[in-house]
Amino acid sequence: MSNFTVGIVVFPGSNCDRDMFWALEGCLGIKTKFIWHESSDISGVDSIVLPGGFSYGDYLRCGAVARFSSLINSLDDFVKTGRRVIGICNGFQILTESGFLPGALTTNKNLDFICNDCELEIITSKGSWFNSSNNKINLPIAHGEGRYFCDEDTFKELSDNDLIALRYLSNPNGSSYDIAGVINKEGNVLGLMPHPERACDGTLGGNDGLFTLKSLIEFS
Amino acid sequence: MNQFEAKVSIRLRPSVLDPAGEAIKSAASKLGVEGINSLRIGKLIEVNLEAKDEKEAKEKIELLCDRLFANKVIENFDYDLKEVNE
Repeated sequence: MSNFTVGIVVFPGSNCDRDMFWALEGCLGIKTKFIWHESSDISGVDSIVLPGGFSYGDYLRCGAVARFSSLINSLDDFVKTGRRVIGICNGFQILTESGFLPGALTTNKNLDFICNDCELEIITSKGSWFNSSNNKINLPIAHGEGRYFCDEDTFKELSDNDLIALRYLSNPNGSSYDIAGVINKEGNVLGLMPHPERACDGTLGGNDGLFTLKSLIEFS
Repeated sequence: MNQFEAKVSIRLRPSVLDPAGEAIKSAASKLGVEGINSLRIGKLIEVNLEAKDEKEAKEKIELLCDRLFANKVIENFDYDLKEVNE
C-alpha cells in the first residue's frame, strides 16, 4: 500500500486542495499527487479527490464549467475500473453536474453561507466509506450552495439502492430528505457537502473525517 | 453562414424552492407593492451565433441548453431564436 497514490485535482478556484494534501500526507501518511484539471492522464493515481472550492468561480452554476475539463472527461473510465473517487463540497457539485451522482446542489434555503459543525447520521455501509461502528459523526460544512435537491423518484431510487451516504440530523440548508452525501450504485464514488479533510486532527476540532479519507486506500 | 440571435431563459423548476426569489418578494412588499403572488428569479443568456440555417442554429442552441446552460434536475429552459441581418 505504500505506493498507493491519491490524486488531488486542482481546478482554477479550488481552495481545499492543500487542506486535503495536509490531511492525507500529514495526518495519514498517504502519498498524494496534485493533478491540474487540464490533464487527462490519471493512470498514475489509485484514487481521486475532487476538493472543495469555487471551480471556475462557480460561474453559471457550481461545478457546471468544471465538468467539461479534460480530467472529468477521463474520470468515467477511471470510475469504471472500480477505483475510488470522493468529491467534497465543490467536488460533490461537480460529480452531480457531470452525472456521476444523482441530484443537484443549489442555493441554501436561508441564503446564508453556512460555516459550522454538523452532526450527521451514517446511512449506508455500501462502499465502506464510513466507520460502521459509529452511527453518527461530526463534520464541518462551509457552503452557500449546498442544498441537495432530488425529486421523489430519485429519492426512491436512492433509498431502494441504499445510496444515501449521510443525512443531517439538523438540516442546515434545506436539503431534500436531509441528504448530505450520496454514493453511486457501485459504491466507489462518494459525494458529500461536509469536509472530512477539516476533521482529521483532534486539536483542530475533531477527527471524524479520518476514516473516510483512509478508506480511499483501505476498504473491503 | 448566417447570423442568429438567441435569447435563452433558464428557470428553476416549479418544484424547486427559490430562496432568492422569496427574498426579493419580501423586499417588493416592503416597497409597498402589494398583490405579488409569486416571484422567481431566472437567468437570461444572449447568444449570437453563426449557422448555415435555422435548423442548425436550433440544434446548436438546444445542445447548449441541454448540456451546459441548464441543469435539468433543477432547471427548465426555453429560448427565442431569430436570424439577424447585419
